[in-house]
Amino acid sequence: MLDTKLWELLIDSFPKMLMPGLTVTMPLTLISFTLALIIATVTALVQFANIKGLKQLARFYIWVVRGTPLLVQLFIVFYGLPHVGLLIDSFPAAVMVFSINSGAYCAETIRAALEAVPHGQLEAGYCVGLSYLQTIRRIVLPQALRTAFPSLFNSLISMVKDTSLTTCITVTEMFMVTQRIAARTYEHLALYIEVAVIYLIFSTVLTKVQTWGEKKLNYYGRKAD
Amino acid sequence: MLEIKNIKKSFGSLKVLDGVDLKVEKGDVIAILGPSGSGKTTLLRCLNFLEKADEGILTFDGEEYDLPRTSKKAIADMRKKTAFVFQNYNLFENKTALQNVTEGLVIGRKMNKNEAHDIAMKALQKVGLSDRASHYPQQLSGGQQQRVAIARAIATNPKIIFFDEPTSALDPELTGEVLAVMRQLADEGMTMLVVTHEIGFARTVSNRVVFMDGGSIVESGDSRTFFESPREERTRAFLRLIGDSMAE
Ligand SMILES: Nc1ncnc2c1ncn2[C@@H]1O[C@H](COP(=O)(O)OP(=O)(O)OP(=O)(O)O)[C@@H](O)[C@H]1O
Ligand SMILES: [Mg+2]
Repeated sequence: MLDTKLWELLIDSFPKMLMPGLTVTMPLTLISFTLALIIATVTALVQFANIKGLKQLARFYIWVVRGTPLLVQLFIVFYGLPHVGLLIDSFPAAVMVFSINSGAYCAETIRAALEAVPHGQLEAGYCVGLSYLQTIRRIVLPQALRTAFPSLFNSLISMVKDTSLTTCITVTEMFMVTQRIAARTYEHLALYIEVAVIYLIFSTVLTKVQTWGEKKLNYYGRKAD
Repeated sequence: MLEIKNIKKSFGSLKVLDGVDLKVEKGDVIAILGPSGSGKTTLLRCLNFLEKADEGILTFDGEEYDLPRTSKKAIADMRKKTAFVFQNYNLFENKTALQNVTEGLVIGRKMNKNEAHDIAMKALQKVGLSDRASHYPQQLSGGQQQRVAIARAIATNPKIIFFDEPTSALDPELTGEVLAVMRQLADEGMTMLVVTHEIGFARTVSNRVVFMDGGSIVESGDSRTFFESPREERTRAFLRLIGDSMAE
């Protein structure tokens, strides 16, 4: 079924797809996810600490971002904002949307994890002379991030795949390159399966990293009861 | 050294503390007894500002605190002179036994790390756990965790330690090791306010006993008199009740 010509095409296009995967898809994901984590931690903490005003703002942000499609958000920033004089290049626009979008989801994950840390540990912190912020930073947050770790990794893996949407705002990432090759060679099925396999490889590597990370983070042991 | 006047506290419409007065002298070991729901935990928590009393004046170590109107700063300073041992230990789960003890010294009191390490090791040694210094709480038994919590409490050299039923989350065979540590502290002159159901401890270790019921102190006195000739009928009923349950 797979004739030699098709094989050659697939082999030939593999590095052509992988390159933008490594130079665009991954950097886009890693930069955006790092920013998303920062946004998420702050957003979760202002809710956890019940800071008036900021908490409502956080809820509003999460409500809007989770309630609207990622693709629409990309279009608003890349095609919409220029109408009010805000021209952003496609890559930074993608970083912006992905970090804001994922930040909202991760914020919910982290908030739930913060709330799962037994309240008594906060009180114990005060009683040994720590301030609220010190207790959060040194006791509560580290435990929350460990709890949140698997879910956060889920968000990261989703993001890798979602970056394929940025082809719609002209980011030259893996999927865009694949589309171009397919348009030229008409081998849509084989090429799209090929790029799917590359996404799968990326996800698999990240899953391995997750497993490794979970082991590392498990240093303080769960009781086997 | 510590005196409270007229503490009142309600949760919604539920009156939990209804004007409690108490005086603690240096070196006192006071056992607080009372049926479930009588407000013992709430009393301790109000003293350390974990719960905000509706009313009440606390005098402690020469300072006076109007409980519902104490500033954050004053609360933080007051807490640095006291320690709290919780029923369910509340150790920091992401820290080793040693780190649990040094945390309050290095972070809370800005002590240098080496000095804190030495003090913490001494505290762990005192509770018989220097060989468990690098264990995490979840790798320790309940009794060991509570002893780490006591080490954490004594390391900061507090003027008083509040204990809230330190042994009631423990299996009977583990309470002994915790009580032994507390007995040793009492012998060394540590001032302790201990909510407990351990009548043996109250009888033999504490010098005074306070019996609470329904949010107020029904009877208090030196422990011998308290157990041998209780004045109040409610006290006698309570002692009979636990006497029965201990006989079982
Ligand atoms: N945070 C809270 N919110 C509402 N009610 C509370 C709260 N904490 C305590 N209470 C109530 O206050 C009353 C006294 O509680 P407290 O924990 O002080 O009793 P206790 O004497 O320590 O009892 P136990 O021996 O069971 O520990 C109980 O009726 C309890 O339900
Ligand atoms: Mg209680």
